[in-house]
Amino acid sequence: MVALEVNGERTELLLPVHKTLLEVLREDMQLTGTKHGCELGECGTCTVLVDGKPELSCLLLPIQIEGRAVTTVEGLASGSRLHPLQQAFAELGAAQCGYCTPGILLASKSLLDTNQRPTRDEIREALAGNLCRCTGYMKILEAIELAAERMSTHSPSPLAGKEGMGRISDR
Amino acid sequence: MLRLPRFKYLRPKTAREAAQMASDLGPRAMFVAGGTDLFPKLKRRQFEVDALIGLDFLPRTIHRGDDETIVDAGVTLASASSSAELRGDYPGYAEAAGLVSSPPLRNAGTIGGNLCVDTRCNYYDMTYEWRKAAGFCMKKDGDICLVAPSSSRCWAVSSSDTAPMAIALGALVTLAGPNGDRELPVAALYKDDGIDYMAKQPSEVVTSLQLHAAGATRTAYVKLRRRGSIDFPIAGAAVALRLDGPLVTSCRIVLSAVASHPLEAAEAGEFMIGRRVDEESAKAAAEIAAKPAKPLDNADLSHFWRKRMVRVVVEQALKRAGDR
Amino acid sequence: MTDNGRYAVIGKPLPKVDAASRVTGQAVYADDMLLPRTLHCRILRSPHPHARIVSIDTSAARRMPGVHAVITGADLPIKFGILPVTQDERALEHEKVRYVGDPIAAVAATDEEIAAAACDAIAVEYQVLEPVMSIDAALGRPKDERIQDYGGPNNIHKLVALEFGDVDGGFARADHVREDVFFFQGNTHLPMEQHSAVATYIDGKVTLWSSTQVVHYVHRALAKVLELPMNRIRVIGAAHGGGFGGKTDPFAHEIIVAKLAMITGRPVKCTLTREEVFYAHRGRHPVLMWVRTGVTSDGRITAMHFKSALDGGAYGSYGVASTFYTGALQTVTYDIPAYRFEGCRVFTNKPPCGPKRGHGTPQPRFAIELHLEKIARDLGIDPVEMKRANFVKPMTRTVNWMRVTSCGLEECTELVMKASGYRERERRSGRGMGFAISSYLSGAGTAIYWNDMPHSEVQIKVDRGGVTAYCGAMDIGQGSDSVLAAVVAEELGLQPKDIRLVTADTDTTPIDLGSYSSRVTFMAGNAALEAARKMRALLVEAVEASGRKYEEVSFEEASVLAEARFGTLTTAGSYTPPKIAGPYKGSGVGPSPAYSYSACVVDLDADPRTGLIHLNKVWIAHDVGRAINPLLVEGQVEGSVYMGLGEALMEEQTFRKGLHKWPSMLEYKSPTFLDMPDVETFIVETNDPEGPYGAKEAGQGPLLPVIPAVNAAVFDALGIWVDEVPVTPEKIVEALRRRDKGEPPRYGPQRFPEIPYPPTIKVDPPPRDLDRAAAASI
Repeated sequence: MVALEVNGERTELLLPVHKTLLEVLREDMQLTGTKHGCELGECGTCTVLVDGKPELSCLLLPIQIEGRAVTTVEGLASGSRLHPLQQAFAELGAAQCGYCTPGILLASKSLLDTNQRPTRDEIREALAGNLCRCTGYMKILEAIELAAERMSTHSPSPLAGKEGMGRISDR
Repeated sequence: MLRLPRFKYLRPKTAREAAQMASDLGPRAMFVAGGTDLFPKLKRRQFEVDALIGLDFLPRTIHRGDDETIVDAGVTLASASSSAELRGDYPGYAEAAGLVSSPPLRNAGTIGGNLCVDTRCNYYDMTYEWRKAAGFCMKKDGDICLVAPSSSRCWAVSSSDTAPMAIALGALVTLAGPNGDRELPVAALYKDDGIDYMAKQPSEVVTSLQLHAAGATRTAYVKLRRRGSIDFPIAGAAVALRLDGPLVTSCRIVLSAVASHPLEAAEAGEFMIGRRVDEESAKAAAEIAAKPAKPLDNADLSHFWRKRMVRVVVEQALKRAGDR
Repeated sequence: MTDNGRYAVIGKPLPKVDAASRVTGQAVYADDMLLPRTLHCRILRSPHPHARIVSIDTSAARRMPGVHAVITGADLPIKFGILPVTQDERALEHEKVRYVGDPIAAVAATDEEIAAAACDAIAVEYQVLEPVMSIDAALGRPKDERIQDYGGPNNIHKLVALEFGDVDGGFARADHVREDVFFFQGNTHLPMEQHSAVATYIDGKVTLWSSTQVVHYVHRALAKVLELPMNRIRVIGAAHGGGFGGKTDPFAHEIIVAKLAMITGRPVKCTLTREEVFYAHRGRHPVLMWVRTGVTSDGRITAMHFKSALDGGAYGSYGVASTFYTGALQTVTYDIPAYRFEGCRVFTNKPPCGPKRGHGTPQPRFAIELHLEKIARDLGIDPVEMKRANFVKPMTRTVNWMRVTSCGLEECTELVMKASGYRERERRSGRGMGFAISSYLSGAGTAIYWNDMPHSEVQIKVDRGGVTAYCGAMDIGQGSDSVLAAVVAEELGLQPKDIRLVTADTDTTPIDLGSYSSRVTFMAGNAALEAARKMRALLVEAVEASGRKYEEVSFEEASVLAEARFGTLTTAGSYTPPKIAGPYKGSGVGPSPAYSYSACVVDLDADPRTGLIHLNKVWIAHDVGRAINPLLVEGQVEGSVYMGLGEALMEEQTFRKGLHKWPSMLEYKSPTFLDMPDVETFIVETNDPEGPYGAKEAGQGPLLPVIPAVNAAVFDALGIWVDEVPVTPEKIVEALRRRDKGEPPRYGPQRFPEIPYPPTIKVDPPPRDLDRAAAASI
């Protein structure tokens, strides 16, 4: 029996010991937001946070991280309110196919948790283990910079609060 | 999805206990610390085990003393590269740790693990199915070397970034065995053999790395790889030197990724003694250092080009160390 | 040119309609699905590049606990393929294997480990044949036997020879004639998502969820191989983790899971491993090219002769089209008055090549851009100015009958020239800038299966719950759902997020041919526009019948009035491209209702000692006609630049001893965050007369100029030509060594092989005023 703390929830699971955290999240906990691209530590797609730091879930055994806090992409939003990083990624088109996005969001969160206003080069360094094939990285860099700015100045997203169906009379 | 084979996971509380387990279980048990080298190789069936012995208990502290700095083997590469103590005293070592693979792997991988990282070869670091199609090699499941078929030995390449720097610094490792601890120069940890590349007993656990007080030692590590991240070294040079005024009084140059073990370029180091570190001396030393390097066609890019690049990384590392 | 002020939605940088699900992990990709009682499938693949299968013994695998079914080629003997002329693949091969990775048997088991172990327990006896691993080897006599039993001579798959206008006369008229040989190494798409498919068989019907770009063609292939009528098969596009052309063929694993579901009665899932993705491939063809061009002394092109030889891998895939594409679009950027094209595709024992971003055109684009650079230098003319002098003009027909409508080449060139400071660039050794241009289709003018039906269809339903748009188009991350929503919202006066979308489901959506050849914005966009305008007309009519104006009532009120008046509110729109193909065999490849245009400048430093390149910056301008959503256009352009840089500098699919040399993400080099320079993107809007709101494509064209711009910049920096890609440091160092020895300062192929091209088919150029009547009516 392994006790895992994922996104603040403690779960006890009976697992074969050789199942990686990636497999357990996706197959035993239905947390399929964590994706996989190689399962060999070469692409960064399956990045999760362990005690706030990005690690690759394809190279971790649950038994190795008992007692440590795991954060997956499902743990980023507060209820239905997006994390500022998620908001900025959505607004600026930083997610195209979206497959690398969960890992990149988590690596970005870890960066902003320790460095509120990173330079573009610092962002590149921090994300250098996460490959993306769609975006050319530009929109991702811009989105992280926007989120960092909003988080450090506590300015809300300009789109926040504009919910509800548009009407002809909006025009 | 590539998956791990089945195994037992053992959780010793001490290094001695871990060593005893390894000794009892024999070659079908392996240690796991960060797992960044081990797990991919298990998934590709390059290693076959019945049991993994977890080294999660290893302490993770950097102890700075007057005569030496002791780095626990469980310290992650990320911690080592960002440690103020290491960056101040041994910038080349912190640099090497910070150039290993990619950020998430450095958060898991440990400095002990990087010393023990398996030798690499692009005929060997492949899945079971690929190796079966290629014909197995002598390092795993086969009996010939696919890089040099007439060779009786394995030419897999030492790919640690931190080991060359530790050797250049004259560092020691502490090994815990079932019967007690022993100390060994890092240089004595390796053998010139692609398969049996470590001189330590398989049951011995690396528990710490001791670095002599830095004093005036200047260090630098230069790594060559195709991309800015993720890739293993395809050539690397670690330099540790001391100056008296403008002149070099001691100098060790150790190369990575050009042989089955970290390759010390002793002659080049001696050449530097009594000289200033400048364009000319660095160039001449690099020329000497590159001679024994024998890259083969089993890593990224052509081995001819990699051989030429050895000069470049040595020269750059010497100059950078001299400037520090 | 800009009249975005007219629109409420079009031209606005709005988030994608599915942005929230993509950033929260809620989007369900095929591998995320785990239906109750799912069985897991693994595929046994060939370890030999070329062999006859003597026997397959699955008995041990079948006996393993947890194994529910084992199938071989005997269970799926019917051949399929994306093109009607090359139905040469089997889901599982039981007679002969043609590359390492060719599927032979498949297992469905209770978990993946058991399925993998069962695959390992299948005994296959082979008669090994000599593999054919290069273009040269394929042109020669096979030692054992040919790879395929069609085509020829030897391992030639396809030969093409076309001539437009008086080529010999053009060369005779030229003041200067130059020949060059170039090589473009193959590479692969490397989508982050490994291909995955899940199938069920319930009530006699197969349902397949797949990470495909083309639900329609998968639907066709399943019907054919499973021998089921199409109405008993449903194909649904799952959330898509990246394609770039790599998921545009029907694949073995899609057919296999469907068959296994039919046999076991349980859901079956197959997700390829990363290594298997390299074997599925269908990526960029390695192409050897020879080009000869005549010019006047002031640099005007008088004639061009272009020859290509494509290394196709083991099967046809899109290869016939790829072959034509290597010769089709040269004329769409430069005014070439006489043009001869000879193309050849060969079979080799490698994973099949197919369409990757730019399909068949990045290779010739690379060749002619560098070739023209060299000609300009021969003449002592500025290469940029020489290219400009030859630019094709808007509203023209090219000598090979391609109809050019809008064309922003001039604007694109001027923008990147100015922004990059190319003309005033600092001249120091090791630093260089390179310039190149390109063009690409906005959808192919003819369908894969020739017919007169529309290429895209959209239905709209309005009821008390709002608006739903239905379309077969597959959003592969490029944002096609968002484009559909934008079009419908614009016409009905809503916001894109108000539009519900049902897409890429062969049961519920009308047909769209799929996300390939940059066709979706143009074709599905036009179909959506028609359907939405019809719907708006119904709403307006109903509102006005009540004595009010459409703008004065709420949408709900308008829809209630209309539903009361007309009953169920549905409209449909469709798009059929104009019939613009020329009067010759092979004219179906190349025509497009509109062409996008791009221009690019790359700034880099190249170290003469190491050959290592540091990218400083890339400027790119893209004529997209109109940016329906500039955020998405920029994303496509930047992603194209990224992929182009990867191909230019590091990505290559190479083979050693019959095996893929590095089928892993570690060794197949895909640029990281640290390898990607800043990109400055300019969107040029030329308002295409036939595009929806004037829009053209954005997803492929911008990749094309990046690659030759890199090579041109390397020449600018070091004075050497690397006439092949990728431009690796060792090639630069070797070219410098040759220069220092007094040899030509060049690294690249030395010769183009003798190829038995057929006699050229001579085609008269189109009459000058061919499109005048049509243009006048637009």
